[in-house]
Amino acid sequence: MVDESLLRALIPTVIGVLGRRGADFAAAEDAVQDALVEAVRVWPDDPPRDPKGWLVAVAWRRFLDAARADTSRRRREVRVEDEPAPGPAEEVDDTLRLYFLCAHPSLSPASAVALTLRAVGGLTTRQIAQAYLVPEATMAQRISRAKRTVSGVRFDRPGDVATVLRVLYLVFNEGYSGDVDLAAEAIRLARQLAARTEHEEVAGLLALMLLHHARRPARTRPDGSLVPLAEQDRGLWDTRLIAEGVDVLQTALARDRLGEFQAQAAIAALHADARTAEETDWVQIVEWYDELVRLTDSPVARLNRAVAVGEADGPRAGLAALAGLDPALPRHAAVTAYLHERDGDPATAARLYAEAARSATNLAERDHLTRQAARLNADLRG
Amino acid sequence: MAKYLLLKHYRGAPAAVNDVPMDQWTPEEVSAHVQYMQDFAHRLEGTGEFVDEQALSEKGMWVRSDGEGRPPVTDGPFAETKDLIAGWMVIDVESEERAIELAGELSAAPGAGGEPIHEWLEVRPFYGEPSTITE
Repeated sequence: MVDESLLRALIPTVIGVLGRRGADFAAAEDAVQDALVEAVRVWPDDPPRDPKGWLVAVAWRRFLDAARADTSRRRREVRVEDEPAPGPAEEVDDTLRLYFLCAHPSLSPASAVALTLRAVGGLTTRQIAQAYLVPEATMAQRISRAKRTVSGVRFDRPGDVATVLRVLYLVFNEGYSGDVDLAAEAIRLARQLAARTEHEEVAGLLALMLLHHARRPARTRPDGSLVPLAEQDRGLWDTRLIAEGVDVLQTALARDRLGEFQAQAAIAALHADARTAEETDWVQIVEWYDELVRLTDSPVARLNRAVAVGEADGPRAGLAALAGLDPALPRHAAVTAYLHERDGDPATAARLYAEAARSATNLAERDHLTRQAARLNADLRG
Repeated sequence: MAKYLLLKHYRGAPAAVNDVPMDQWTPEEVSAHVQYMQDFAHRLEGTGEFVDEQALSEKGMWVRSDGEGRPPVTDGPFAETKDLIAGWMVIDVESEERAIELAGELSAAPGAGGEPIHEWLEVRPFYGEPSTITE
């Protein structure tokens, strides 16, 4: 049995080695993907003593074969074979550079996600295609276009951490469908990144992911329906992940350079800290939302803040906090419905829940909101 | 990315600009149309936006249960007045704007006289996955 996470953790390092031997990124990445597929096939019967050395040797051979086969690349092949022998490995920098390259701002978010999962995550094209429910040929094209887009980017320049964090956030939020657990993969990639950089927002995002991942067993019923936070069985929350998330967050906050992911993680930590929904410290949560609004000026943060205000200061205050927000904002109708129900106006709440259900962007949420409207309408009929 | 269904109708959509039934076209015009559709799908494979396409026969019927222990009731063929789906393409794109842009190109497939049909296509978003982080 091949330890797949160990194998995949080696992928960015091996790409880096080929890069320093003179291979361009696109060719190096292809060669390493071939070596990865070969490793999965061969290692169970014949495990290598030096997995990394094995991958480098196989990938390098694949790279040379491909360069020779491609007559249009003959000149590059000559240049590569003239390169001096590779120096000692610089693993940390190789991996970090790959994160930046795969999240390069010239890439669309979907392309950056696909390229990161393949080159940094070591997933196969087939696995990525299955996770995003598209044909393998489509995903292969998306990845090779992304590689062409970054082909002119120098491999050795540090980038903006924020672009990498956005990519990992997108991967995490996709959750899991099919055989690949994208949330777990996003956490693995964030951990690997946090081990290589002191950036406090990397720690903030890692903490945020851990704290939300901890709730996953409680978030859905066996039939797939959503369980709202207030109704979740908190005994199902993963206390080990919560403890780790809180620990990572506290270390980050101690550096005193607040960012949006740290603020979001702080809110998640306050929820994790409450043994029952009633014990939630909503006043502190509102304060963290104030920080989040100050940092991002995001309408989504304002909307979520209104929910917290409704819990801290009552539904009227929550409704007042909605003032000035665009009613077309996603989840606006659902939040307004909830606050009206708590304010003792089930008729308005039922109408708004039904409206929210019609504009939901996923089935689980649509069904949940439809049930809310149905529940209130049944009560109203008496 | 978001998935969209581009739905083409045999009947039931508002009339196209170049509204001549396909059996009135020249064979060359039919071939040009088929080629355009193939090229379009192939190009979307290349951009990493293609998911699926299917064409449906005009034949078919309505079916419903008639209760336990009884055979299902069938009704058909479809009445001439009814809406009838001709086929679909599923795309996976960055934005609604991109979905509309591609549907517009598909609608401009050549028809009678080699002129664009300018037919109406239905564009429908798929439901996505619930996001993990909501509060």
